[in-house]
Amino acid sequence: MPLSALGETRLRRLQATVTRAYDRVKLFHQRMEERNLRPQDIRSLDDVRKLPFTVKTDLRDTYPYGLFASEMRDVVRLHASSGTTGKPIVVGYTREDIAVWTEVIARSLAACGLHAGDIVQNAYGYGLFTGGLGAHYGAEALGATVIPISGGNTERQITVLKDFGVTAICCTPSYFLHLLDQGALLGVDFRQLPLRAGVFGAEPWTQAMRERIEAESRLKAYDIYGLSEIIGPGVAIECARQDGLHIFEDHFLAEIVDTETLEPLPDGSEGELVLTTLSKQAMPMIRYRTRDITALIAEPCPCGRTLRRMRRIGRRSDDMLIIRGVNVFPSQIEAALLRVEGTLPHYQIVLTREADLDQMEVQVEVTPQVFSDEVRVLEELQRKLVHSIETITGIRAAIRLVAPKTIPRSEGKAKRVIDKRKL
Amino acid sequence: MKIHQLSVFLENKPGRLRAACAELAAHGISIVTLSLADTEQFGILRLIVEDWQKARTTLENAGCIVKVTEVLAIEVTDEPGGLARILDTVDRASLNIEYMYAFAEKRGGKAVLVFRFEDPDTALRVLKDGGINVLENVKLFRLA
Repeated sequence: MPLSALGETRLRRLQATVTRAYDRVKLFHQRMEERNLRPQDIRSLDDVRKLPFTVKTDLRDTYPYGLFASEMRDVVRLHASSGTTGKPIVVGYTREDIAVWTEVIARSLAACGLHAGDIVQNAYGYGLFTGGLGAHYGAEALGATVIPISGGNTERQITVLKDFGVTAICCTPSYFLHLLDQGALLGVDFRQLPLRAGVFGAEPWTQAMRERIEAESRLKAYDIYGLSEIIGPGVAIECARQDGLHIFEDHFLAEIVDTETLEPLPDGSEGELVLTTLSKQAMPMIRYRTRDITALIAEPCPCGRTLRRMRRIGRRSDDMLIIRGVNVFPSQIEAALLRVEGTLPHYQIVLTREADLDQMEVQVEVTPQVFSDEVRVLEELQRKLVHSIETITGIRAAIRLVAPKTIPRSEGKAKRVIDKRKL
Repeated sequence: MKIHQLSVFLENKPGRLRAACAELAAHGISIVTLSLADTEQFGILRLIVEDWQKARTTLENAGCIVKVTEVLAIEVTDEPGGLARILDTVDRASLNIEYMYAFAEKRGGKAVLVFRFEDPDTALRVLKDGGINVLENVKLFRLA
């Protein structure tokens, strides 16, 4: 269907979503009120730009059900992110939401050339993670035979791949590389298997990884994109052209914004992907900042789909840090500071390298709430902050307490990371 | 009588102490006495001034973090054992002293010490009962 015909449906859905969020979710209501916005102010799809952004910390701050727009009796499923950044993030689905999710996954798998008759080994983790059950329902709806093997137990994965006539596998690309390596050790040649499609997601990966996967097996490696806050996997999928991911624009409204100014950017410009759900009931999401950096492709895809594409995610705007080989998100540091101080102080992470070893210093502005006339109270605060950061990230950081307003702010927001390492 | 002490957070960087003092000077506020507690990374400037409310506003407007604490200014006889006698009373009542420092000038031949007790109210009562002179306010000291 041409996108113009879809336009009316999308606008109607956007209006319904905004109304639902405004009427039922305190946070969205407050933020719209602050901007003197009412749902009826959304008269075109472009009017989405008037709406406030939602960020990951909003989900944490409203943990667990604060952003739900449905009664719990209508919520038939909960998923949650792992608790590595402090509190987990909880997401909910109504029966209708599950149906939409199932549909977008089924469409995704169809875009990868799967259909009834395919035998799908689903090696995404089953459980609170959205990957396992999301892919499972979609593959079943498509009519494929699903093997719900879940993640882990590599030897059994390889045995099943070999013995069950598996034609498609769903897992993270790095796990598939691991399967290839282990298969080689066990004398299993993936090129001899009937495996012809891999649906890989849940982490950024590169063209080089794709080339290696496709060289060492006969399968075509497809990139699937999604995030729990929006629905889980199934927000966008590559087609047979493997040149950008088609976004399911009938259910998700995509924008690209400048990472600094947050101003919307035209198609083709690289920026942060911002998503608004168009049909979610239990947890409508308004202008969610994904932190994923990409660009929208306006040109039609030779495959014939009219859904716009986005480029593969290469990096994130929150710049995950690798410190002594450990992945650290600034959001984890935030969680650690928040846990100790109760409110989030202004802070800055400074990375240096001394004697070939990465050093992380976290500068924290002293607030009236934590300040004391006693040295030992401030030293105890430092110790607690060091411990909290170590508990959450596994990295022992130095804490430097600094005076208020000394950490530079740009555009009203502080620059969180100063990396002085010469790599 | 308890008096009000202002504490100011200072980063351990050149010029930070001067900046805070200059701010007070610019507003005509004179420092009666002060003490500086410092660590490798930061310092806490503790100040006694006459008009603590004005000083607080001045410092806060300059972007400082200021905490107001109640402390006791205690007269100490300027002779061997003068302080020990006071600490006797303090110990017998199991009062916890967080820190203390001295006024710069003497008052009528007596020294004055600033005591930060964990529990200033109990300390005040115990010291008065023990016949120890606790200054009524900062101005009294200045006039001496």
